[in-house]
Amino acid sequence: MSDIPKADELFKSIDYAPPATGWMETPVDFSPGNWCYPAKPEKIAYMESKMPGLWGEARQWVPGEADWHLPANWKETVVNGFRERLKKFRSLQLFMDICVRCGACADKCHYFIGSGDPKNMPVLRAELMRSVYRGEFTLAGKILSKLTGSRVMEENVLKEWFIYFYQCTQCRRCSLFCPYGIDTAEMTMMARELMHLVGLNTNWIMEPVSNCNITGNHLGIQPHAFKDIVDFMVDDIEEVTGRRVKAPLNEKGHEILFITPSGDVFADPGIYTFMGYLLLFDYLDLDYTMSTYASEGGNFGSFTNNEVMKKLNAKMYAEANRLGCKWILGGECGHMWRVVHQYMDTMNGDNQGSQMTTPKSPITGTVFDTAAATKMLHITEFTADLIKNGKLNLDPSRNDHLRVTFHDSCNPARGMGLLDEPRYVIKNVCNNFFEMPPQTTREQTFCCAGGSGLNTDEIMEIRLRGGLPRGNALRYVRDKHGVNTMACICAIDRATLIPLADYWAPGVTITGTHELVANALVLEEGEVRKMDMRQEYLPGFEDEEDDWTPPNMEA
Amino acid sequence: MNALYSLLFVFLLVLIPLFGVGAAHLNSLFGASIPYLAFCIFLIGFVYKVFTWARTDVPFRIPTTGGQFKSFDPVMFKQNKLDCPQTGAQTFFRMVLEVFAFRSLFRNTAVSLHETKDGPVVAYKSSKWLWLFAITFHYSFFIIALRHLRLFLEPIPFLPVGALEFVDGILQIGAPTLYLTDAGLVLGVLLLLGRRLINARINYISYVSDFFPLFLILAIALSGIYMRYYAKVDVIAIKELTMGLATFHYVIPESINVSFFVHVFLVSCLMAYFPFSKLMHLPGVFLSPTRNMPNDTRAKHHVNPWNDPKIKAHAYADYEKEFGVVMAEAGLPLDNPENGKAPEEADA
Repeated sequence: MSDIPKADELFKSIDYAPPATGWMETPVDFSPGNWCYPAKPEKIAYMESKMPGLWGEARQWVPGEADWHLPANWKETVVNGFRERLKKFRSLQLFMDICVRCGACADKCHYFIGSGDPKNMPVLRAELMRSVYRGEFTLAGKILSKLTGSRVMEENVLKEWFIYFYQCTQCRRCSLFCPYGIDTAEMTMMARELMHLVGLNTNWIMEPVSNCNITGNHLGIQPHAFKDIVDFMVDDIEEVTGRRVKAPLNEKGHEILFITPSGDVFADPGIYTFMGYLLLFDYLDLDYTMSTYASEGGNFGSFTNNEVMKKLNAKMYAEANRLGCKWILGGECGHMWRVVHQYMDTMNGDNQGSQMTTPKSPITGTVFDTAAATKMLHITEFTADLIKNGKLNLDPSRNDHLRVTFHDSCNPARGMGLLDEPRYVIKNVCNNFFEMPPQTTREQTFCCAGGSGLNTDEIMEIRLRGGLPRGNALRYVRDKHGVNTMACICAIDRATLIPLADYWAPGVTITGTHELVANALVLEEGEVRKMDMRQEYLPGFEDEEDDWTPPNMEA
Repeated sequence: MNALYSLLFVFLLVLIPLFGVGAAHLNSLFGASIPYLAFCIFLIGFVYKVFTWARTDVPFRIPTTGGQFKSFDPVMFKQNKLDCPQTGAQTFFRMVLEVFAFRSLFRNTAVSLHETKDGPVVAYKSSKWLWLFAITFHYSFFIIALRHLRLFLEPIPFLPVGALEFVDGILQIGAPTLYLTDAGLVLGVLLLLGRRLINARINYISYVSDFFPLFLILAIALSGIYMRYYAKVDVIAIKELTMGLATFHYVIPESINVSFFVHVFLVSCLMAYFPFSKLMHLPGVFLSPTRNMPNDTRAKHHVNPWNDPKIKAHAYADYEKEFGVVMAEAGLPLDNPENGKAPEEADA
């Protein structure tokens, strides 16, 4: 990160004035830092063996070099793939035809706000595709070419796609403001499907995809290692609470299958959220199991093509059936929930076993008809219902050292409409809650700039630029209300918001919502908690055991 | 540059009927044949395009949600029924507001960057100009189109045509009475044009095909206004012509001013251009998958017509075969205990 400018320098460098040259004539910057690394050939070869025909030939290539080693028939492949998708997706066909370039979307994209690059205006990002659509598929575009903004598919066009469709996090903020609901996320998904056909891809997406298929989770954690990590967290929970919680894995005959993004198993601070789930379930004596085979809720397949999205998602129902679970409870995750909410039942509903039923909380008896088709419940719905029915003994003062704001993750916000449940949970487990400015929350929320597979360090400057709107709103509540904690319900957020906050709003830490729940949860009458889930002493207990060393540091 | 090309195009289009009728006296060509042809192109092109969209699959329900969804407890977590509809009726009202009130555009904000003593600030303020320009333009255009029905209907129904004319001319300025929508249309076009010319960001994304319809519509409006307020064309004769067109018994009265033919020719150009252009946002907005579907995907089963049932998850049996040994060592349950045995030495 050494060559990344300081925050105020970066801010000063943003210029919204468009360049003197037309967008088709303005060259694309292919210098390092402007693109994600391509996938390792073995990852592509593996996926090609599992899902043939979707990936092009596995090969080594570098976006910074002139020759991308495209297959000989690349143009035919892309154009035919484009034509095929125009027939398969009304969204694509319609969005190609009806944009009037009113520009309402232009300054809604976090990447545009932070970069000033006009090709990051959603309208122009989509024009990268529309221009080809007009040039290749419409009569007017073929005749009038440049007057209608048309061009044919060429190598530099494809290269431009690679840069800019991997600078879109599919957050759909532009879609909210578009008078016709044109959704750039749809176009980004299609452009990526087409690029995959000729082997243009990124490792940060393809490695998780292939890992998910083999090991069940995107980090490639094998089952025994998964169990080790969970056991380690069980130890940590005991350290904090004195309670040894159950953490059932791959067990048959339980009512509920719990699936969360594997980021919660592996990375800090997601692990504290995971510990929160474990503690809550044990407190409830919930009849549930987790699975090492279906150990990933996040669906990186949705960043490649709809076929792989379906394949990876199918694991959830397959495992529920194998284990005999009645319904699935899902952890805090962004694009996992976009897939679960909008795609899962349509793609894989037929694979549900006959044992599956509409989710019903065994603790409160509430039946969740809103999830009658997918049989899958969001954990904040589950917990909000518990709190509403007085099933949790909570001491929010244990979170008094935290001054909390909430970051709406794009997918639950604009792809589901899940806005109030997480807020309700947070407000019940902590006393100091502050909203960021209204134009930056709820359905107008800003992306963490690392979604859709862009959470990779080689494009850190781009991510920090894209993170400006979120970071600036965070800085505002930090300065105004002393906010020191940002809660979220997405594993990618928990990973990407940390460097973002360090850069734009230093001093703010990132937390999952169920970490706060675990802090506040009173396990038994009179329980005194000296530490929070991070094993940091709560105010008032700091000096008690001055010489304490973390258990993993003991000689 | 794109704006100049467009302006030039429209000038050329104006010259065609001026010479065609004024000099060459091709009255029936410009009074009947071209309008008929243009109307056919419009109708066929419009229907064809809408048909193409309609027969394209909507594999997944992807509404963009703009508010709280229907929760398990609708009292505690109040659903935003308009922006996050769950039923057909709610979705219908969302679409009504979208189509008739430009609701999404009403939400528009403008971003600006500020360097303050406390550090950088990204500010957003409500920006309703585009909404105002667009709504002025579209409603004026719509009402003018409806008013023109008086030329094609006999007798003229009071609702909506007569009533519209009454309300539209209610200020009773000048003679003939000034219609508010005439002013509204010209103003709307000029504002939209001005925005495209002056706002550098919008200018950057504007093609000839963005300026051309605006100039064309401006020319149509101006030629209409010229006919009505300055040339004071023979309305009785025009009605004779238009009724003739409507009933397929066309007559071309001699007393019609050339400005009428300019007006009709420009309208014909617009009609013929319509189906091939971005103007198709008119029917398109009704079909937008992010707006016209209820957000009920978790509650109700939907069908993707090309869903591939052959795509299955990586099988658990294969997973256990691969990782059975380490699973057994870690004490994880196995479906098939054989998988937990270490490979025999002989295999090595």
